[in-house]
Amino acid sequence: MNLDLSQEHELVRSTVREFAVERVAPVAEELDRESRFPYELVAELAELGLMGMPIPEEYGGAGTDTLSYAIAVEELTRIDSSVAITVAAHTSLGTMPIYLFGTEAQKREWLPRLASGRNLAAFGLTEPEAGSDAGATRTRAEARDGSWVINGSKIFITNAGTDISACVTITALTGEGEISNLIVSNGTPGYGISQPMHKLGWHASDTRELSFEHCAVPEGNLLGERGRGYQQFLEILDGGRISVAAMGVGLAQGAYDLAFAYAQERRQFGRPISKFQAVQFKLADMATEIEAGRALVYKAAWLKDQGRPFAREAAMAKLYTGELSNRAANWALQIHGGYGYMDEYAISRLYRDQKILEIGEGTNEVQRMVIARHLGL
Amino acid sequence: MKIAVCVKQVPEGSRRIDAATKRLDRSGEGALNPYDAYAVEEALRLRDASGEGEVVVVSVGPASAADAIRKTLAMGADRAVLVSDDAAAGSDLVATSYVLANALERESSDLVVFGYQAADSDGAVLWAAVADRLRRPVVSQVAELRLESGRVRGKRQTEFGYDVIEAPLPAVVAVTDAINEPRYPSLKGIMGAKRKPQETLTLAELGIEAERAGEAGSRTVVLALNEPPSRGEARRIEDDGDAAARIVEFLLEKRLL
Ligand SMILES: Cc1cc2nc3c(=O)[nH]c(=O)nc-3n(C[C@H](O)[C@H](O)[C@H](O)COP(=O)(O)OP(=O)(O)OC[C@H]3O[C@@H](n4cnc5c(N)ncnc54)[C@H](O)[C@@H]3O)c2cc1C
Repeated sequence: MNLDLSQEHELVRSTVREFAVERVAPVAEELDRESRFPYELVAELAELGLMGMPIPEEYGGAGTDTLSYAIAVEELTRIDSSVAITVAAHTSLGTMPIYLFGTEAQKREWLPRLASGRNLAAFGLTEPEAGSDAGATRTRAEARDGSWVINGSKIFITNAGTDISACVTITALTGEGEISNLIVSNGTPGYGISQPMHKLGWHASDTRELSFEHCAVPEGNLLGERGRGYQQFLEILDGGRISVAAMGVGLAQGAYDLAFAYAQERRQFGRPISKFQAVQFKLADMATEIEAGRALVYKAAWLKDQGRPFAREAAMAKLYTGELSNRAANWALQIHGGYGYMDEYAISRLYRDQKILEIGEGTNEVQRMVIARHLGL
Repeated sequence: MKIAVCVKQVPEGSRRIDAATKRLDRSGEGALNPYDAYAVEEALRLRDASGEGEVVVVSVGPASAADAIRKTLAMGADRAVLVSDDAAAGSDLVATSYVLANALERESSDLVVFGYQAADSDGAVLWAAVADRLRRPVVSQVAELRLESGRVRGKRQTEFGYDVIEAPLPAVVAVTDAINEPRYPSLKGIMGAKRKPQETLTLAELGIEAERAGEAGSRTVVLALNEPPSRGEARRIEDDGDAAARIVEFLLEKRLL
């Protein structure tokens, strides 16, 4: 057994950490306050190859393994979740389906501009009536004159409405009880994108409602086999959970780092509050749980990189780190006292950004359902 | 055009001194000396602007310096040479410059680029010693660099403004952190670094007798290395809403205002 990261992994970590501290941290508060999408940062991330890490080089990606990708997402989230989810949703949800299920022609058409970060892609699964029960999709696509004509709607879709969004892959009923995935280009007549939704956290991330009214896309936009949409999105979510789990570890680490520093600066009763056992024990618990959470995430990523089954571990990692990040953000803010409740303190942003990690890409309850199924229950 | 860049791995975080050896404690995490990133960046820009040539990174240090070297390769350097030998540990300026000059001699580059100083020992003179050993002109404190028809022209930052100094190649330059904005290694660079040629040489392989390096080859002896003395009678002002007034009062009392 060898728990050392390779030198490449270490260099990915130090590079992304440096980037996050030097480039993201100085603007994170402002982006959050103004709910402004970070176009400049996305361009810089693209330059570094961070917008298509696990996509092979022949399609314009960086060709890294899943573990490197998880480390990068973790390090970005340590500083800012909006930037991290922009990368993670684009990579795991937007680009991956085309890479995994696309024909060679579809890959050649879409991947170079997506994996290079010139454009963004989204994945539209959730509907007003189909959340945790994602298979209950009501959006319909009918084959007509060489086109798929789509009618329906999606909600809470990440990265669909930016100036550089190129396409969304959606699930739709293509027959009775038959779900398929279709690629819809931005700008297709009948494809409507709402104004950005207002939300508790992730203020700088793009979240939209989508509507499809007699929206016709070419026949060739069917992704993979007709009727395979359900299995495909389950597979996409399995992989996506690793990156959301990496966000959980990153957010917990970020919260811990802020609390650790603050506890040594803040003096009450004539000494730094870090000298009080109650504060020390919170930090000790956080450090311990972060270590455990990180091990779960890296194990899931490692299994995937080995080509072994990883869905159970990915769901465990997502569940554990989602809840861990909740405790860590809560404790870290508690250690900040009233200052932590103020916008000037980064912990307040991390606290708001945390909650979605227990909801998106499968709620805590859904993770438990997935894990229970893997246990054979 | 062949450019050699001298780089060093320095301990990360706060400096600690090993009381037993009176050397810097290098046991913890290390990183590329921040000043050297500017030197690497400048060399890469010169290479890319000329459209040809090679950037070779040269370092003297422990085996762990490979981490710092990997970063320079990920940034875009073409190959690396690390001189690593137990007998070189504890080298002072004289011994280090001797080893480094020998390694550079072997490369016979048109230009040698240094970062102005190392963040651990703060010497800021190694480039001068190496240039002297190589019998090459040196331009230091360079904040802007140009190469023109076999000559190097450096804009030198001084207290009073700028000096512009020209020297014939081959030459040595030491750059400041005002010269450029070092790039982050790209993911492709990181993945590709492993495949670039990396040589590790012993002193013997460079033809250096052990007594010219390490403590044996050093002309200076460290007699004592101490942590800075605690700031004795520091006065702490807790802010009860009147801290600013009390600080002003203190400064007036010390006649500093
Ligand atoms: C900011 C943000 C970004 C998002 N980005 C995307 C995106 O890019 N693409 C996309 O497709 N979706 C996206 N989503 C949607 C997200 O995946 C869903 O919100 C999530 O899956 C939950 O669905 P729901 O909101 O309909 O909740 P519901 O399914 O209505 O759940 C409500 C509650 O009931 C519980 N519950 C439901 N069923 C069960 C059950 N069988 N047993 C026990 N408890 C149950 C849930 O756990 C939850 O606590 C995003 C959401 C947000 C908020």
